[in-house]
Amino acid sequence: MRYLPHTEKDRKAMLEAIGASTVEDMFCDVPAQALLDEPVDLPSFVGEMEVERTFADFAAKNLSPSSAPSFLGAGAYRHHVPATVDYLVQRGEFLTAYTPYQPEVSQGTLQYLYEFQTQVALMTGMEVANASMYDGATATAEAVMMAVRATRRHRAVLAGGLHPHYFDVTKTSAHSLNIDLVHPDSDPTRPADPASVIDLIDEQTACVVVQSPDMFGRVIDLRPIAEAAHARGALVVAVTTEVVSLGLLEAPGNQGADIVAAEGQSLGNALSYGGPYVGLFATTSKLVRQMPGRVTGETQDVEGERGWVLTLSTREQHIRREKATSNICTNAGLCALAFTIHASLLGEEGLSRLARINHANACKLADMLIGIDGVELMNDSFFNEFTVKLSKPAEQVVEALAERGILGGVPITRLLPERDDLANFLLVTVTETNSDADMDALVLALEEIL
Amino acid sequence: MADMSQGRSNVPVGGSQATAQKTISGSKGLDFAEPLIFEMGEDGRTGVDLPDVSVSDDRLGGMRRKDAVGLPGLSEPQVVRHYTRLSQKNYGIDSGFYPLGSCTMKHNPRINEKVARMKGLGDLHPLQPTSTAQGALELIDTLATWIKTLCGMPAVAMSPAAGAHGELCGMMAIKAALEDRGEADVRKRVLVPESAHGTNPATAAACGFTVDSIPATDRGRVDFDAFKAKLGPDVAGIMLTNPNTCGLFENEVIDIADAIHDAGGYFYCDGANFNAIVGRVRPGDLGIDCMHLNLHKTFSTPHGGGGPGAGPVVLSEALAPFAPVPYVVHDADGFKMVEHKADSDAKPFGRLKGNHGQMGVFIRALAFMISHGSDGLRQASTDAVLNANYLRVKLQDVMSVSFDGMCMHEVLFDDHFLKDTGVTTLDFAKAMIDEGFHPMTMYFPLVVHGALLMEPTESESKETLDLYIETLRGLNERAQSGDAQFFKDAPVLTPRRRLDETAAARKPVLRWTPPAE
Repeated sequence: MRYLPHTEKDRKAMLEAIGASTVEDMFCDVPAQALLDEPVDLPSFVGEMEVERTFADFAAKNLSPSSAPSFLGAGAYRHHVPATVDYLVQRGEFLTAYTPYQPEVSQGTLQYLYEFQTQVALMTGMEVANASMYDGATATAEAVMMAVRATRRHRAVLAGGLHPHYFDVTKTSAHSLNIDLVHPDSDPTRPADPASVIDLIDEQTACVVVQSPDMFGRVIDLRPIAEAAHARGALVVAVTTEVVSLGLLEAPGNQGADIVAAEGQSLGNALSYGGPYVGLFATTSKLVRQMPGRVTGETQDVEGERGWVLTLSTREQHIRREKATSNICTNAGLCALAFTIHASLLGEEGLSRLARINHANACKLADMLIGIDGVELMNDSFFNEFTVKLSKPAEQVVEALAERGILGGVPITRLLPERDDLANFLLVTVTETNSDADMDALVLALEEIL
Repeated sequence: MADMSQGRSNVPVGGSQATAQKTISGSKGLDFAEPLIFEMGEDGRTGVDLPDVSVSDDRLGGMRRKDAVGLPGLSEPQVVRHYTRLSQKNYGIDSGFYPLGSCTMKHNPRINEKVARMKGLGDLHPLQPTSTAQGALELIDTLATWIKTLCGMPAVAMSPAAGAHGELCGMMAIKAALEDRGEADVRKRVLVPESAHGTNPATAAACGFTVDSIPATDRGRVDFDAFKAKLGPDVAGIMLTNPNTCGLFENEVIDIADAIHDAGGYFYCDGANFNAIVGRVRPGDLGIDCMHLNLHKTFSTPHGGGGPGAGPVVLSEALAPFAPVPYVVHDADGFKMVEHKADSDAKPFGRLKGNHGQMGVFIRALAFMISHGSDGLRQASTDAVLNANYLRVKLQDVMSVSFDGMCMHEVLFDDHFLKDTGVTTLDFAKAMIDEGFHPMTMYFPLVVHGALLMEPTESESKETLDLYIETLRGLNERAQSGDAQFFKDAPVLTPRRRLDETAAARKPVLRWTPPAE
């Protein structure tokens, strides 16, 4: 077996050194009835070529978004990732390191995490950020729990435009901790109404959670909601599923957000059928000791040289155990690195251009779709995705598009199956990766199907 | 000091003074001085070529960003060099022996990276129609089959993103089962051995349970009598790591399972140490109700400086109905994904993360399993146990092994052997860094004083282990000789020497800020 260095001679010598006559002697503490005499019933070992073939067979049964016009989004976005990113994250010193518990031999990891924290803080307009969460949905759930700790209140208002996965994950966590959630339905046929959220905030509310752009693609002004929340002593959790939007849209930190929970997959990370992604988590300096997750801080070594360490660990499970701010341990370090390298390549101008191209392409497709009989654009505002109402059920249309080799968007009912009233609504996403030919193909196919 | 004279001198040429020698550039040979990316940029530089498109405000809802983000501008070669230089300040399993106990730092095969990036796998969108992702669902189902077979369990929840997330999944399943029985309001107490990972009590608390600690015996196992005495009608279950964090198999595990079940509770097993028993013991045969697997430990997906991981949770018949959405099902028409509670004919407790789980990690873990096969996985766990026991016997005369007898895939020492030397576990670990080894886990588990927990994994050759043993024996000799200062000064050969963690926590500086104009 190519990964195992020991020869039979080595094993024999080592067993002798241990004083074991057989391998089984080493497992003497295992109850005899639980010890297997032979390997379990699974295939035997194979070489690298066979492994590659096996996965090529899996891949061949999928329609690859790289080879089909794809308009899928809803929290996971196809962007062009520069080749540099994937080359650098595969450097073994990054790829095969553990959590940086020994800072003297982990300055590489610690410094990139510090750069990541800074980039996230800058993009979101917040004072501090942590070293990543699992994804945007779990970051949102953690944000609600943090708000509950910080305010000692047990009620949260989640705006209707929150991504349903984010809501469901928050609800699952909230259930365990007896946190009441208030979550009004959202009507994508009308502009988002801040009053629908503001009216629900009361003196027992720990936080209000608002996503912008929301799940229908609408750009939300957080300021009136933040003003109302703060007046009642509640915190504002701003959610973003598409971090590229921050290159064009106002930062949540400039709109009164106390916590930002976002999905960072768009920068540097492959779609990978839903994971691993990278949750972004940013907040204010005032709340930092309530923040979940790992965080890197600047310090000096004994010679006075600047360096970095994991810090504020007294919030964390390995010190505080049941009193920790979160149970999180492993996070998304390597995905954070990919994010950081992509953001470094983009820089100020690159991020701004990327965001503008996304919006311009989305505007272009929206205008093309409006011209089709049976397609109605719902959004007044959007970044790179918008909702259209079709003359036929969206799931049916999406299947028909798939038969033509087009990944045409996400039916709203894929995310909200109980909303029969939205059966004809389709969320369409456009990024810099969509060519004019892609858009023409979608328009032509929709004209045929509808 | 005979042991210290072999190989290269462990101080730079010119003696220890050389470490303080300043260069003009700040770099020291291959140890490069590297600023923060924010200290390198210039306006007008970019590492990507994108057209400068202008857009109107008409469809931005009045929310166009007014201020600059503040990202620095760099060219592609600058970015490549910056992150290459940072990588050189890191120690990975590719660099050398990484016996970090409880973390299973084994070789990360590159074929796994290659297949995870294949077109048709790495680029799949989570919400494309399942009719266009049958291969992806089949892959998840295949991995689930391997996991269930290796664990001897009937079901597995695939979506948890890491070990601690898997713990959350398991404990939420237990809570849901108790709610289903109408006992959730009564059964609020979870028993957790004092040797447990910190995530266990943190997870129990995150699920609204109270934590009751079980003491260990002087043999490093759960004190069975103390455990039995704690059982009662308010107990929800036990969270037990097996093999445990002392590197020992809990030999009374089946009795523990029977007792917790008789008391009406459930058995959560922390599977962080599954690498010791893969292919030799099926946790299902031990009477567990649920257990998470750290795919990034046992099945070798890269840790990446702290993630990503994946923490699928195997479930017993009793807990399977409560598995979270989404999950894959299979019928004559192919594979389907049950994504919502309302679509399930079982009783899912909810959803744990966005989308379907850590697919990129699944692919790598399955590639690792398929590569090894049933026979190779059994050999791998055996070699891991062999390596740990080899370290134990080769070091036990000079270092203090905490518990007698065979260990599993990791071996625990305490700091008794350093008594009266003035050298602490931390100092000893830092001296190992200068010797080119990553230290073992320090000060965990908490049940022994100054713990040094070593996990060699099956990836290490006998030659590597022998050099490590020789090094530790030499360091011990030096410690016993009264040269404590040598250890207090360590490390001296690293890009940075000991860092002031107290100052970092007292006055946190968590991000770069632009210098005041």
